[in-house]
Amino acid sequence: MSHTLSLSLSVRARLSPTFTLDVTMEAPPGITILFGASGSGKSTLLRSVAGLVRPDAGSISIGGRILFDDSNGVSLPVRQRRVGYVFQQLALFPHMSIADNLAYGLHGRPAPVQREQIGAIAESFRIQHVLSRRPGAISGGERQRAALARSLVTTPDVLLLDEPLSALDHATQSRIIDDLRAWNTAHDIPILYVTHAHREVFALGDRVVVLDHGRIVATGVPHEVLDRPEHEGLARIAGFENVFDAVVTERRPDAGTMQCTLTGSTTDLEVPLSRGEAGAPVRVAVRAGDILLASEPPRGLSARNVIHGRIISLVREGPAVVARVDAGAPFVVHLTPGAIEALGLAPGRPVWLIIKTYSCRIVSPSSDSSRYFL
Amino acid sequence: MDWTAITLSLKLAAIVAGILLVLALPIAYWLTFSRWRGKFAVEAVVALPLVLPPTVLGFYVLLAIGSRSPIGRLWTSWTGHGLAFTFEALVLASILYSLPFAVQPINASFAQLDRSLLDASSTLGASSWRTFTRIVLPLSVEGVITGAVLSFAHTLGEFGVVLMVGGNLPGVTRTISISIYDQVQSLQYDAANRTAFALMAFSFLVLAAVYALLRKPWSVAPLQ
Repeated sequence: MSHTLSLSLSVRARLSPTFTLDVTMEAPPGITILFGASGSGKSTLLRSVAGLVRPDAGSISIGGRILFDDSNGVSLPVRQRRVGYVFQQLALFPHMSIADNLAYGLHGRPAPVQREQIGAIAESFRIQHVLSRRPGAISGGERQRAALARSLVTTPDVLLLDEPLSALDHATQSRIIDDLRAWNTAHDIPILYVTHAHREVFALGDRVVVLDHGRIVATGVPHEVLDRPEHEGLARIAGFENVFDAVVTERRPDAGTMQCTLTGSTTDLEVPLSRGEAGAPVRVAVRAGDILLASEPPRGLSARNVIHGRIISLVREGPAVVARVDAGAPFVVHLTPGAIEALGLAPGRPVWLIIKTYSCRIVSPSSDSSRYFL
Repeated sequence: MDWTAITLSLKLAAIVAGILLVLALPIAYWLTFSRWRGKFAVEAVVALPLVLPPTVLGFYVLLAIGSRSPIGRLWTSWTGHGLAFTFEALVLASILYSLPFAVQPINASFAQLDRSLLDASSTLGASSWRTFTRIVLPLSVEGVITGAVLSFAHTLGEFGVVLMVGGNLPGVTRTISISIYDQVQSLQYDAANRTAFALMAFSFLVLAAVYALLRKPWSVAPLQ
């Protein structure tokens, strides 16, 4: 492909009296992740691009081709938008073979052309062996591949993916993504990938756009955006399970740190120096996986925060154990089952939480979202 | 056995089921997908024949097609004879009477369709017509067949409406149920029994054939 397609959109849609989607963004060729909790407006944004939802105002264009512009009343019908869409439930036609599913969008092209294009896309996504079967008779991974192939065989100008891989294991997921990337090196179209799983953001994304309550709260490279959240909503979805209200008690500009006391307790935390004078309220976010637990008072550590507490509960969640610890404030800590066993941890046992200064992030409350673009 | 009445009833039921299929598909489609606020009123009108006594429906149809009504006059100016007490009047009344039996199963099938399939079809460039013929219809076969069969069977057995608008003219408007009624009235129980049994056996065979055919092949995986 010689020309570069880029998706520009500026969309306003009032979805309920209390929820308005209001997003302006640009998606260059390659994968752009749309990340946010469910109900943040991600899917509505995709549906607006496809034409399945009509925004109240704004404009949408791909490489200069206008799909929607309320200022002059343009709104192309869905079928003319040249948009590939993979739905969360995949939406393969259950009464047709995979080959017929792939052929569906090629309606009107000569039969030999159809056969050639179906053969090529089936090879790219490794589904030649299931072409004669119906969607109900193939595996979950094959269905995902078939849905991707069906949306791409028509060579659309943009690909919209609505959490298509969330049901698959990591290995299958990443093999499919590799094939998608390989296909896109030749075609170079923008791909909008909606997800609410932060693991997928790190695995796939060149760029991430974070949505919260219908607004963009951050954009950038996944590691930069998600490791340094400046916004409470973002901190929670990026896996910062611990978010506390606190008050700055002392600033130490020389050390690049400041001391805070968690509200409603005497627990002190040393955190990186940030805005906020002594006495100012702040919010501190810490990932549950960044906290160490000790069964005895630790000594000779570089970590500046050692907090005494007591285990309230231990709950197994998938491969990890989630420990709730009362340390003046309720902390959530992620551990391995092996660690629980080695330390002999149980509800009611005293423990010491160890938190590095730079594992603490100062974030802004959600209510003030408009100010915190990265 | 009154073969004239049986053939007449079968002819009536087949014509009505055929016409209803053509009428019910767009009505059911509109009822399923329209977002118009007044839709409930149309739903109520379509369902009305389910609760009205057939005589009430028949009475109003008779008034509507009488020689003094606009429809009756229009018909007379076209054909030279009146509409009431003809086979055509039976067809018209039966269509109204069996409408909900055709519309409701089709409507139910349409409503069960996964909407993302329809969205997928349009993102793949299909027009509404193509989406309807390639996705909506094939996935609603069950409802469409059920609607056609129910309206056929319902028309086959109707009595009150026929009596009101058609009367009892042999070979023209005397259907099976009226023939059976006549035979019972004149104490010909043997004849009535034969006709009634033939109707029951035929109805059973049709329904059994339909239920046998209605097993969705793709719901049983794997196919190969």
